[in-house]
Amino acid sequence: MAKQSPKQSLVVVGNGMAGARAMEEVLARGGADMFDITMFGEEPYGNYNRIMLSNVLSGVQHSSEIFINPVSWYEENGIALHLGAKVTGIDRASRMVQSADGTRARYDVLLIATGSRAFIPPMNGLNKANGVMKDGIFGFRTIDDCDAIVATAKASRRAVVIGGGLLGLEAARGLLNHGCEVHVVHIGKHLMEAQLDTTGGGMLRAAMQKMGVHIHLEHATDEILGEDRVTGLRFKDGSTLECDMVVVAAGIRPNAEIGRSAGLTVERAIVVDNHMRSVDDMNVYVVGECAQHRGKVYGLVAPLWDQAKVFADQVTRANRDAAYHGSKLATKLKVMGVELASMGLTEPEDERDEVIQFSEARHGTYKKLIVREGRLVGAMLMGDISKAAYLMQAFDRDSPLPDERLSLLFDLGTPAQKVTLDEMPADAQVCNCNGVTKAAIGACVAGGARTPKAVMGATRAGMGCGSCKSLVGEVVAWFCGGAAEEDPSVHYYVPSIPLAKPELVAAIRAQNLRSVSAVFAALAVDGKPDAASKPALASLLITLWDDAYEDERDARFINDRVHANIQKDGTFSVVPEMKGGVTTPDELMRIAQVAVKYNVPLVKLTGGQRIDLVGIAKEDLPRVWADLDMPAGSAWGKSYRTCKSCIGTEFCRFGLGDSMGLAAKIETKFRGIDSPGKLKLATAGCPRNCSEAMVKDVGAVAIGDDRWEIYVGGAAGSQVRKGDVLCTVTGEDAVMRITGRFMQWYRENAKFKERTHTFIERMGIERARAVVVDDSDGIAAALDAAMDASCAVTRDVWRERSAPKTAHQFASLIPAE
Amino acid sequence: MEHAIGSIAQIPPGEGRNFDVGGLRVAVFHTRSGKVFATQADCPHRGGPLADGLTDEDSVVCPLHDRVYAFATGAGIGTDCSIATYAVRVDQGTILLQT
Repeated sequence: MAKQSPKQSLVVVGNGMAGARAMEEVLARGGADMFDITMFGEEPYGNYNRIMLSNVLSGVQHSSEIFINPVSWYEENGIALHLGAKVTGIDRASRMVQSADGTRARYDVLLIATGSRAFIPPMNGLNKANGVMKDGIFGFRTIDDCDAIVATAKASRRAVVIGGGLLGLEAARGLLNHGCEVHVVHIGKHLMEAQLDTTGGGMLRAAMQKMGVHIHLEHATDEILGEDRVTGLRFKDGSTLECDMVVVAAGIRPNAEIGRSAGLTVERAIVVDNHMRSVDDMNVYVVGECAQHRGKVYGLVAPLWDQAKVFADQVTRANRDAAYHGSKLATKLKVMGVELASMGLTEPEDERDEVIQFSEARHGTYKKLIVREGRLVGAMLMGDISKAAYLMQAFDRDSPLPDERLSLLFDLGTPAQKVTLDEMPADAQVCNCNGVTKAAIGACVAGGARTPKAVMGATRAGMGCGSCKSLVGEVVAWFCGGAAEEDPSVHYYVPSIPLAKPELVAAIRAQNLRSVSAVFAALAVDGKPDAASKPALASLLITLWDDAYEDERDARFINDRVHANIQKDGTFSVVPEMKGGVTTPDELMRIAQVAVKYNVPLVKLTGGQRIDLVGIAKEDLPRVWADLDMPAGSAWGKSYRTCKSCIGTEFCRFGLGDSMGLAAKIETKFRGIDSPGKLKLATAGCPRNCSEAMVKDVGAVAIGDDRWEIYVGGAAGSQVRKGDVLCTVTGEDAVMRITGRFMQWYRENAKFKERTHTFIERMGIERARAVVVDDSDGIAAALDAAMDASCAVTRDVWRERSAPKTAHQFASLIPAE
Repeated sequence: MEHAIGSIAQIPPGEGRNFDVGGLRVAVFHTRSGKVFATQADCPHRGGPLADGLTDEDSVVCPLHDRVYAFATGAGIGTDCSIATYAVRVDQGTILLQT
């Protein structure tokens, strides 16, 4: 066939971490001028970091946050990308690749990087009558797997994970966060056999059980129970375990079938030589989990990066001597909050092998080294992994160990970090995920990147699992001569204006800027508005100017435009005020009538002791508010939200203070004031703390004789933190004053979206006490006055029902004229 | 074809509104500097109402999960998703939308 283009055609089968990384390496070697690149990916997405799927499952990260290369990256680099296109055949005679969707592509060079898939061990009853896998059974390998697991877990009472290896335990950790009971079923004698010995596995099991995971060892699953949907498992010993869902994490299998059907040599995976080239075909390369090199198939990322480099060096001819010689596997990981490092052997194998170990079960610390002829051949560290970097390096290079074996396990007379970094060889890897060495970081710093953020962006150090981020920071500082520059933008109040909050406030006051658009025009670098910065500025301006603030509704998040909380289907939730959680039969009847009249899909008690009407169409909001005829509960914004209370002295036989009365006063005064973050308060009538006042942004707890303890910085949301006692005061008036003063200090000094628990840790409780209680700065009166002024101008925004603020404020669809 | 869908005064500056254009829902945005843009109504990520999003002169942020889209091209910024855009202009105060 005559060549149309002077460039060669490079076709990549597989768009996972290996395929995409290989293309990055090819492009870095000028490959764009040599090749027309075409990639096929079976999944409908760009390239993502599969290691991070456990974070997606546990809810720490959203799936959109784990993308390495979005689809636009392929466009920018001229790569023709076929997504959702599984390659079904390779014709090596005509050098043609064909995918399931009928696309054909001719290659001069072919790279197979199909990776691997979840291995589902043979079990009876796995499939329905029609041969499809029963509902409620999942692999744990892709974004789609994760999404399906999360969706099912929410409605499940009990989830079982089959497999007690690394992947299985990560799945178990993720499932715990979705509120179901989690069981791990493992065929082996202890957990994580590939990385741990019996003692380590036992300690990990204890740690996991403490966290609420049920572990079943030496259980082989014989049958999946249930008709079309899994209802339980039967084991080989005849016992059964009921469950609503099963995640199978029993290992992976290379996707090597494509190689076999193309006539390539396939054993456990497609067999390659030291150039990552198929042993059968000069024009076909293989990298990643579908490649078998010197009898080994790797399932970790570090070997894959090395393979991608060798492939790129060869195919671009950048370095014809490049060769892959296999990888020694060493991993650092965190399982269920337990830090682990593991490398090489887990048990001695030879008479010469010397075992050095330390174990302290009470603290969950376990260290074991296996030394052969003065060299490290295996190690595992649990709990304290401070020596991991040193040991991994000694293991990787086979370097001789010091005679003082104890120093391998502990830092004896700890040398300073600086000395350690001085001694760290230039080619030592700092980031194992992305293979970034100390020297590479040095080169990057020399090239002008003076901040950890800049270095991480340029080298991708710290951008894999993230466990080395602090070390990257230290190495950058070391290269900068001890002081890395801080990235100044981390201190900006909003991204588009290069000022920290105090300077920004000063500029706004000096230039008398009263609207968000005026702030952009005067202070933004390019003078232009920035969508992401608007709500933070609006919040700040309201705090500064009270009713002299020029309200531009476009600057506010939709919740603050329509005074309700947007839901996932675009409807809203309506929460009327219910002071301290106290209501009346009359209010309840009105709420019930509204719920019936507007066909409200969900009526729900909130955590703040109120009633939430969920699923209300935007255009119904004004009429709902009118029919309720109750003030807004301010349950939608960054503002004062609510004050919970217990029944205090009125009926309770333990009550020491009138918590309901105090809560009503607090609600009446502070209702709806804007603030950097949500303010959720509570009052408790005695230290039994039924209203949970000790874990609120501000909480007042009665201790008798009209005395109240005031707690601040508590949290019981995504973070759980017991509040610090700010002070103890006498009388409700004093509670009101200190509460208001603390909240005003917070309003003036916190970053946008910084909750009080973070704020108080940043400022320190001593500082808070000095300013708010002891008036060390002489600003107490000013804080009180500012808070009073804000409260005085706060109105019930639900009154906008009769006087809309903007055109079609509550319309969700406008008919064209 | 071009539809006259009503007065630009129906969209406050800096905001967006959804219009029913012969059964098609279209989000129309009116920037503070007076430019108009039109896009598909729902975010391709999880169906969020884009007309309720925060905007600036160049882009809209979906109110549900902060996906950002460029008005001019519909391309996602920092996301894999992208949205359809429609040609739109204002003539003597009337919004004219091309479908």
